[in-house]
Amino acid sequence: MTVRPETPSSQRRATFPQDSLFRHSRYRNFSSISFPLQLPTAPVNSRQPWMTSILILLLILLTANPLLAQPKVEFNRDIRPILSDRCYYCHGPDEKTQKADLRLDTREGALADGAIVPGKPEKSELFYRITTHDEDDIMPQPKAKKPKLNAQEIALFKRWIEEGAEYQGHWAFEPVAKEEVPPEVHPVDHFINKRLAKEGIEPSRIADRETLIRRVYLDLVGLLPTRAQVDAFVKDTRPDSYERVVDELLASRHYGERWGRHWLDGARYADSHGYSVDGGRQMWPYRDWVIRALNDDMPFDQFTIEQLAGDLLPTPGKSQLVATGFHRNTLINQEGGSDPEQFRVEATIDRTNTTGAVWLGLTVGCAQCHTHKFDPLQHREYYELFAFFNNAEDRNNTGPTIEVTEGELFKKQTQTDPVTHPLPNMEAEVKWTTADYQSFKTASGALLHRQKDNSLLIDKKVGDHEAYQIVSDSGLAKLAAVRLRTLTDKSLPKNGPGRAGNGNFVLTNLKVVVGGVEQPISYALADVEQDGYPVANAIDQDKKSGWAINAGGRMNSNHEAIFVLTRPIETQGKPVEVRLFHDLHPDYLVGRFAIDFSDTAPPTPANQDTKANSTKGKVMVMSDLQQPRDTYILTRGDFTRPDKKEGRLSPGVFAAIAPALPKSDKPRNRLDLAKWLIHPENPLTSRVTVNRMWMRYFGRGLVETEEDFGSQGSPPSHPELLDFLARRFIDDAWSLKKMHRLIVTSETYKRSSSARPDLDDRDPLNLLLARQSRVRVDAEIIRDVALSASGLLSRKIGGPSVYPPQPDGIYAFTQSKKGWKASTGNDRYRRAMYTFFYRSAPYPLFGTFDAPDFQTTCTSRPRSNTPLQALNIANDEVFLEFARGMATRVVKELPGEATVNRDARIHRAFEHAMARPPSALELGILTKYGKTVAADLAGAPEDAQALLDQYPIGELPLHEAAALVIVARVIFNTDNFITRE
Amino acid sequence: MSNNPFQLHHQTRRHFFGQCGVGLGTIALNQLLAGNASAKHLPHIDPANPMARRDPMLPAKAKNVIYLFMAGAPSQLELFDYKPKLNELTGKTPPKSLMEGRRFAFLKGNETLLGSQRRFGRYGGSGMDISEMFPHHRKIVDEVTWLRGMTTDVFNHGPAKLFMNTGFQAPGRPSMGSWATYGLGSESENLPGFVVLQSGPRGPRAGNSLWSSGFLPTSFQGVPFRGKGDPILHLNSPKGFTRARERNFYDAVGELNRARLGEVGDPEILTRINAYEMAFRMQSSAPELMDLSKESDQTMELYGAKRGEASFANNCLLARRLVERGSRFVQLYHTNWDSHGGPGENLNTDFDKVCKDVDQASAALILDLKERGMLEDTLVVWGGEFGRTPMGENRKTVGRDHHIDAFTMWMAGGGVKKGYIHGETDELGFGVIDGKVHVHDLHATIMHLLGFDHEQLTYRFQGREFRLTDVHGKVVKEILA
Repeated sequence: MTVRPETPSSQRRATFPQDSLFRHSRYRNFSSISFPLQLPTAPVNSRQPWMTSILILLLILLTANPLLAQPKVEFNRDIRPILSDRCYYCHGPDEKTQKADLRLDTREGALADGAIVPGKPEKSELFYRITTHDEDDIMPQPKAKKPKLNAQEIALFKRWIEEGAEYQGHWAFEPVAKEEVPPEVHPVDHFINKRLAKEGIEPSRIADRETLIRRVYLDLVGLLPTRAQVDAFVKDTRPDSYERVVDELLASRHYGERWGRHWLDGARYADSHGYSVDGGRQMWPYRDWVIRALNDDMPFDQFTIEQLAGDLLPTPGKSQLVATGFHRNTLINQEGGSDPEQFRVEATIDRTNTTGAVWLGLTVGCAQCHTHKFDPLQHREYYELFAFFNNAEDRNNTGPTIEVTEGELFKKQTQTDPVTHPLPNMEAEVKWTTADYQSFKTASGALLHRQKDNSLLIDKKVGDHEAYQIVSDSGLAKLAAVRLRTLTDKSLPKNGPGRAGNGNFVLTNLKVVVGGVEQPISYALADVEQDGYPVANAIDQDKKSGWAINAGGRMNSNHEAIFVLTRPIETQGKPVEVRLFHDLHPDYLVGRFAIDFSDTAPPTPANQDTKANSTKGKVMVMSDLQQPRDTYILTRGDFTRPDKKEGRLSPGVFAAIAPALPKSDKPRNRLDLAKWLIHPENPLTSRVTVNRMWMRYFGRGLVETEEDFGSQGSPPSHPELLDFLARRFIDDAWSLKKMHRLIVTSETYKRSSSARPDLDDRDPLNLLLARQSRVRVDAEIIRDVALSASGLLSRKIGGPSVYPPQPDGIYAFTQSKKGWKASTGNDRYRRAMYTFFYRSAPYPLFGTFDAPDFQTTCTSRPRSNTPLQALNIANDEVFLEFARGMATRVVKELPGEATVNRDARIHRAFEHAMARPPSALELGILTKYGKTVAADLAGAPEDAQALLDQYPIGELPLHEAAALVIVARVIFNTDNFITRE
Repeated sequence: MSNNPFQLHHQTRRHFFGQCGVGLGTIALNQLLAGNASAKHLPHIDPANPMARRDPMLPAKAKNVIYLFMAGAPSQLELFDYKPKLNELTGKTPPKSLMEGRRFAFLKGNETLLGSQRRFGRYGGSGMDISEMFPHHRKIVDEVTWLRGMTTDVFNHGPAKLFMNTGFQAPGRPSMGSWATYGLGSESENLPGFVVLQSGPRGPRAGNSLWSSGFLPTSFQGVPFRGKGDPILHLNSPKGFTRARERNFYDAVGELNRARLGEVGDPEILTRINAYEMAFRMQSSAPELMDLSKESDQTMELYGAKRGEASFANNCLLARRLVERGSRFVQLYHTNWDSHGGPGENLNTDFDKVCKDVDQASAALILDLKERGMLEDTLVVWGGEFGRTPMGENRKTVGRDHHIDAFTMWMAGGGVKKGYIHGETDELGFGVIDGKVHVHDLHATIMHLLGFDHEQLTYRFQGREFRLTDVHGKVVKEILA
């Protein structure tokens, strides 16, 4: 066994940030000073005396030697990071915390009172303050708990002021530059190799064919290639063989799953409402939409518009409405006594922050409580952005929903199906027959007037708490549901449909009587429900509760409610009596209405039926109020403290980010926001998006702080490449697939990920990308690779979430126990992204492998490596089942006598898992282990039986079958198996 | 945060650099001349062993924390905060001046004052009022600092529990235990550093976000242990695996991993090898932890614990055993203290039951830790997410609503005063008139006792240095021993 000597811990765990060398060196001319890259990583020790000399030499060079050509001091590179870290907190954009009325983030501010006198450091107050020994004058002040400037930093300031103290805009807010690339080189390699050449670093070789195909499969579709696919690729000598594989994968339906899962992280997708009650919700149609959109390569600008503002398009299709589910993934607090306004504001803040994080890569949340301390984001502007989302109709409730049938979003036509209103499409399922009224009476004797359209209008002389009794011939043999339509009328206050001063009503109860017998109603549905007055109140027999419609600014229009009988009843010609009660508030009567009957019950609403096999989902969608809410600055982000002094705010964007919103007479809405985000002049959206794609492929973004493109974030390691990709993305009409293809066809992507001991000192974090990175796959992909290696994978795309088996006791720690009946059949073997996700107690694999709980947006996941992960793969019954699947698979593929074929089967299992043959060493370990285990279990048939658990594995003797299962378990538990190399 | 395998490592260094300035010259200078003085502000996390023991920034009084979380919010007016005046005014409308500006979860505005439903006595050198419900607490009066002036900002259970645990109302932030293990690592190589135990009829509202590591690496999240049987999910080997077979299994996995390490040289593989070895050790250390057969009958009786049972008493004993074995932060949740009145939540028999569940074992934990010399460096914290109103609720049985402006908690051991009462409420128990301790102050104080300046123990996320206390919090110096 050849074990590479362990990297000395002093190097692996260096306390010394080489990465920063590179981070900040990218603008530097390294040709003159390449030595520093060989700095030792730990304090100088006696083993490397030569290092000491070099360091001292370096010091002299850097601090004293006038012969060293000094490049001009550059604001963004040299000065801004220091100002941002030490000065902006008190002398930055936030007026509230600005000390001495001095701001240093703009040149005007710095020059105004002579803090800086260009060309004259000795006359600049700033220079005095950073150099003085006077404890009262020194900056940063000791109480700020920020380090003083050191000699090197002071020298930089001195030179910068001498050279004229020029400012630059923050790089990320500057327009995306046009970068030229010679036609004969792959653009990615052009930039990466140019930099490597400059550093004198030789890039690693291209990875071997097996590694490459497993890598690109995992990255593009998140599944393993089959043996045949590996074999074909290894033998394919055509020059474009790799590109062919890439194109096949980009055309695969699994591509949308793989990259859709990344997008769902940002969308904080989950299947439950969150907070303490954490009831289920049905957002899976939104997940379907994402998969479909990515598979269609929907341009990213359209992808943005539909999700942020699909409902505001002129004639939105159903698909566009489902897309707006993006911002309905916010939490809903169902706990009793919750103030809905508080949680509505929470959700609105989350929508604002998520938009900022996902599209702009900015920490806009900082401006929630005060003007951003470091970036030019004003407190006021935050709430102008907030205002775009402040008109949403939902208010800590499910709000508007639309019903989607499983598979519907994958059909061709759905994207153009127009719908007029984001409400449950109940017409589609149920045929209604208008009632033929035989009599219509009221309790007080007041009149009901029959109108031309067969509706009934209550007379103006009417009792306060009137009850109506309508007797009709249903015209149906069977009665299953009753529909009450409440209608507007000019004679009613504000046109009704109710008789209350604002046109509202409170229907306390509705009863259906057939043949003198009251029929039980199982549930009711309504197109609109006022907070605290759901239609369910109208069937609860309680006189103190009722259904009302003052919600969402749509009160004064026609509405309807459906009442579904528990059991359809044979009418046998008997008249049907419908009774309406208004016992709660005087005058809150239904003013004009009509009644219809149906012999088929509409489908049970999804939120009352969480059965795993439900094939319809009521997905929550965005809709704005007709009457916008007033938006004010919230003092310190507190919803009880609107700052009315600053006046009402209109929706708006950050002035520091181009372009300016076009002038408009109408109030701006989410559609304007979406268009601003994808405007070609917006410097952030394209950079942020391509950077995150890059991050998925290389384990780190070109801008490492992918969530913070502001001045506190890290600058790009390869700024020209970033801009090239961002520009190309826009020029390619925002095609995501083209961008994927561009990146994965580069040599940079295809390089071997093996460690480079020669670069341990110079580039230990692989920022220069002389090699690929080796990355443990995401939580979901761990399940997916095990499924695909075992041959058990169900390739079904989309649909409602499923319930793979999980151990008991997951809900020991949640407030309410959740139903989790393990799925059977193919649903037991679905990809992990379809597993039902309870925010309060996610499926254990997810939390253990760093999937977040989606309380808020997540744009990149950490990657931990813990003992609990080991226990999960080793002992979870699910993985054991996959191991049995793997054993079955290899026995089927290689039939024959057990002992003779054992090694060949082990070899084959390894190939399925790793997409490569084992090395002699690996095969030796495994076959020896397999032999030992088989011999061991031959003497313990009960244990062997327990391991197999009735699972039929060919005709093998028990101990041989069990040995294969155990070997498969070993393979699944290796680092290699869950790593993209 | 970045996705790279060195993330922890790197993140820390980025911090360090954020503070030390930038540029090549800076690095060399800092390294050679100044040393990395600023680096001591933040923990250095070794990605291969994120739970490695670390020293705090400042001298610490407490090494470990046991936090007894009384989920649902116990009524201070029936336990610790005796208000004769309130008893006198039972049935009267509360004074308007006291009601102004207060927000409640369920009260409709027509409720009247409700005197204490229990009798009180004064105990210990400090003369602490303790109700008849907590007879065992009398034994620890002189060991405890009583915080009678607690206040919080939030009056719904879920958000209030999050606030008490993470300093924020919304989920997604690291909990106290995560901050503690981020700062200090753990003393144990065989058990998790941050463990959560649960008892009572249901889990606490807000669930796992209460012990989430938020944006800190997930290594620091709380590991829920179940009170009986397998404490950890997936701890048991599949059926048919003896310990010897399991050793062979881990050896085979290790050999393959070392083979790959030899090929590709990625140090992350070494971390995984270590993680698998700890997993193997945990398979024996966790059952050993749960095995109470070696605890004396005397100890079992002290706690009121019974072998093979899941209960608050057993959990208290397990908490002591966890700390003994090096776990850093142990948190116990016990439900249900939500005494609104109504089924299962009245202030009569239901309240009696939950008091009985908790009283003896809470006191026993203090006595046992003291007996074993562990109380000195173990901080025990006891309390709910808020308190309960001086008004009764109009429900079918007697109860009180959520109250955020005044409630009682207690702390003992690990550097706090013994037998000391801090804080006083007005004569009706509406608000704090002296010794107010806000949740952020409690956090600052716990961090202080663990050896951290709460303003300095930060983690950079989305462009901001986050800390447990947000931008608030003052150490409550009066209660420090």
